[in-house]
Amino acid sequence: MNAELKVAHKASDYKSDIAPIWCPGCGDYHVLLSLTRALAELGLPPEQIAVISGIGCSSRIPAYTNCYGFHGVHGRALPLATGLKVVRPDQTVIVTSGDGDGYSIGGNHFLHACRRNLDLTLIVMDNHIYGMTKGQPSPTTEPDFDTALTPGGSGLRPFNPLVIALASGANFVARAFSGNVSETASIIVDAIRHPGFSFVEVLSPCVTFRPDQKAWKNQVHPAPVAATDDPARAARHLMSDDGFNVGVLYRGDRQPYRPSFGGTTCDLAELEKEFEI
Amino acid sequence: MAQASSVSVAFLGSGGAGVITTGGLLLEAACSAGWYGLLTRSVGPQIRGGEAAAMLRLAAHPLDCHADHFDLLIAVDWLNAQRFALEISLGPHTLVISDPRGGEVPDFVAAAGARVIEIPMKEMTKATPEWRANMIALGAAARLLGMREGVMQELITRRFGAKGTTVVQANLGAAQAGAKAVANLELPVRLPAPQAGPTKRWRITGNEAIGLGAVRGGVRFAAAYPITPASEILEWLAPNLPRVGGVLVQAEDELASINMIIGGSYGGAPALTATSGPGLSLMIEGIGLAAAAEVPIVVVDVMRGGPSTGIPTKSEQADLNIAVYGLHGDAPHIVVAPQSVSDCLFTAQWATYLAEALQVPALVLSDQFLGQAQAAIERPADAAFVGQRLTASEFAVPYQRYALGGTDVSPMAIPGTRGGQYTADGLTHTERGTPTSAATEHRAQLDKRDNKLKRFDYGDHWATLQGRGKVAVLTWGSLTGAAQEAISIARADGLEVRLIAPRLLSPARPEQMAAALAGVQRLLVIEQTHSAQFYRYLRAHYQLPSNTRVLHGAGPLPIRPGDIHRELLAEKAA
Amino acid sequence: MTDQSDAPKVSSLADLFAVAYQIEVDAVERYTMLAGQMESHNNPELAAVFRDLARAEGIHAGEIRRWAGDMDVAAHAQQVAKWKKNESPESADLDAVHYLMTRSEALQMALAGEERALAYFRHVLASVTDPAVKELAKRLVEEETEHVELCQRLIRKYQEPAGKPAPDDPDPAISQG
Repeated sequence: MNAELKVAHKASDYKSDIAPIWCPGCGDYHVLLSLTRALAELGLPPEQIAVISGIGCSSRIPAYTNCYGFHGVHGRALPLATGLKVVRPDQTVIVTSGDGDGYSIGGNHFLHACRRNLDLTLIVMDNHIYGMTKGQPSPTTEPDFDTALTPGGSGLRPFNPLVIALASGANFVARAFSGNVSETASIIVDAIRHPGFSFVEVLSPCVTFRPDQKAWKNQVHPAPVAATDDPARAARHLMSDDGFNVGVLYRGDRQPYRPSFGGTTCDLAELEKEFEI
Repeated sequence: MAQASSVSVAFLGSGGAGVITTGGLLLEAACSAGWYGLLTRSVGPQIRGGEAAAMLRLAAHPLDCHADHFDLLIAVDWLNAQRFALEISLGPHTLVISDPRGGEVPDFVAAAGARVIEIPMKEMTKATPEWRANMIALGAAARLLGMREGVMQELITRRFGAKGTTVVQANLGAAQAGAKAVANLELPVRLPAPQAGPTKRWRITGNEAIGLGAVRGGVRFAAAYPITPASEILEWLAPNLPRVGGVLVQAEDELASINMIIGGSYGGAPALTATSGPGLSLMIEGIGLAAAAEVPIVVVDVMRGGPSTGIPTKSEQADLNIAVYGLHGDAPHIVVAPQSVSDCLFTAQWATYLAEALQVPALVLSDQFLGQAQAAIERPADAAFVGQRLTASEFAVPYQRYALGGTDVSPMAIPGTRGGQYTADGLTHTERGTPTSAATEHRAQLDKRDNKLKRFDYGDHWATLQGRGKVAVLTWGSLTGAAQEAISIARADGLEVRLIAPRLLSPARPEQMAAALAGVQRLLVIEQTHSAQFYRYLRAHYQLPSNTRVLHGAGPLPIRPGDIHRELLAEKAA
Repeated sequence: MTDQSDAPKVSSLADLFAVAYQIEVDAVERYTMLAGQMESHNNPELAAVFRDLARAEGIHAGEIRRWAGDMDVAAHAQQVAKWKKNESPESADLDAVHYLMTRSEALQMALAGEERALAYFRHVLASVTDPAVKELAKRLVEEETEHVELCQRLIRKYQEPAGKPAPDDPDPAISQG
């Protein structure tokens, strides 16, 4: 065997030795598998990848990878990732979030990250519930879902994060299902490779607070139409889909935002000239 | 005419009169003639067309505060001028130039007993339509100050050259007419001749100085949301950071700003944001994250009137509490405060250096007065404080990002460095960075973050200490200049007063403060807050003499040298 | 015959060795992960069951490697052993675990995996023409049939007595964030 041959990365190269504390049966275990497989497929060295998260069960993921990571505060993963990517365009920056962290407290940053269209990939593990704080509704929870904070259900229509991402300017919009591990892995690869802001919403069941989501594996189905690059057509599809369409749904060609950083510099003394009397 | 150490001029006008521009031009002219000056402005709430005042003080030496009274007031018009009554303090010696068509002379002028002379500026501009009233006022002021006519001519030609010869000629004409109109008038005071010094001088605002200081300290990434009165820092950084390979990103809000700079710093770039009180409130959680995860950041708060939306265009010192105590949990961090426009540069640079050296958030408490004041200063010396972050390229397996021991500053792996992968976390963590709820580890990390700040040698920069005596003044920030002036007046009265002005507000320096206070029997604490925040902070951290009094008051009227001097006389009498 | 459209196509001996090997390796990884989950959720009995399963699959993987002789099955597996949507057949279904699951339930999971693998190899046996490949496929079908039978025996051995209540946790969930 030729010892100089580069060994291709295995998915396990991207996993740290820290055991996840997610409930057995949690969809996030699948997502961790898909993510590590995707990273292996891309073949990037772990030190060139940064996984940034906020707060929530899914936000625990960075420490379970062998990449650089930041477990930030609730809702603020996208700005953390933005700052990092602007100063380090050489790093592959992935944001992992949940439906609460990403769409509720993080909602404003979600809109503006889509609009800003930096080369980032956002993976939201959506389980239609706040798991970590034991079961309050999230912006994607059904209106009649009974919880302690909203007895009888919130009565509020869930919003459609894919449509919002599209309208706000995301360059790649996809839905995945945690149970389809390989498919999710290849969607993540596609998302990372696609320039600009890529958004992947992964339906990822919560075994503890949403045991009803076991039915999801029978409800998800491939998207009936191929990904489009026409935002209007994509919007029509997304607004009329049943929430279980899986696949890449929009693949845009907007120019990504790539501010230059770290280039050649002038002498600091040049900056003083405007003040000289 | 008596020679004064300084002469103070104010311009008033509204609805597009351009008095702010006039003030700026007069300062520029005075500077090129060799004088020093300080220019501030006061405005109504309108975005344009509102009532405005430009307040200027000139001298042959650097100035850090306004005088107690104005010597010359030129009002292009008097619309809504009563608003400025308290700020533009007049006396019987003040010369007031008024336009008979400028509206009714407000009560505060007559009440001061000032001498009012009329110049028909509006009529003059009707007769010569290309003339502007503010240029007439400018010419008049320059003449009354004893400026050589050539200085103003040179300035006008340079400043308006780009707008074409017609505009230049018109402005020259107007300024000349203004000078002629006051040819027979004299101010009761005259400026001493400017010194021709060898040192380079700058004309700069506090906000610009903050920007430049931070860049000197190593900042290359900024993310911010505009807010009065901090936006000028961002406006300076936006075009200038790219010249040194950096970038400024406008964020969608302050929550994004603070987290963006944490992300940028985590990526290896010294990073800064600038805001005011309301924005600082929003950033508090993020600052706590930087403290807990030990990520260096610089956060500038250009304080304004509070609480809540408060008075955006006025100065106060009442963000001290939130800056020092605002983080939830025990989260020691650096808080520094510049003392003058010039010191804005040093303090911002020092803050960047400290943040990087200690891997901690450093808050810079500037204020609207310093931020938006334009002053002539000596070119600040190059300081050796450039951010030097302790990083690593070789690691234990697994890497212990938050290793204890030594100075308690642990090497930080920069993303991209093989073997240094770690997850930074706001959760309480072990030395490795893994979340934990264990008591020993929690305490160990709290100790680490506390010790690293306490053990550091901040040197002499922690405070400005001047003078001797049993009476001392303890103040901070923009009031330092007024205190220094009051002290030198008191010295002339035979009273020796010490000045103690901390630049480093957090962590507290008990030993150093005790040494500074040794022998002080009577202490006067001075601050611009309603609730005496600084005094309570001093009481919390330091032993104060039993004879301690506080001179405090909310903005927007700054505490003046005269106010302080009065208190010092009371100390002398006691 | 189950739908095998998701599964990798096998056209050579090397392919089949690689795929069979990968199936076992994936199973080892999966059972090891489940053992870890059970450990951090304080169910040592289940952790032990999953560790045993991991060990058994590891042995199977070793056997396939030995049968393959000089072939670098691991390297070849990286190229060809790809399932399009789902996971390889013996990867236990992560959805089927629960921190209170019983030994019997764990073994049912393992059985389901072996049955899926059996179905796959039967499909390969039916669809390949190359005699060497067919020979290997036959051998693998026999192996998997044995594994299925073993699982069934273990399930009977560890069957819970009738009338025993399902395990439950009287403590409420804990808010962690």
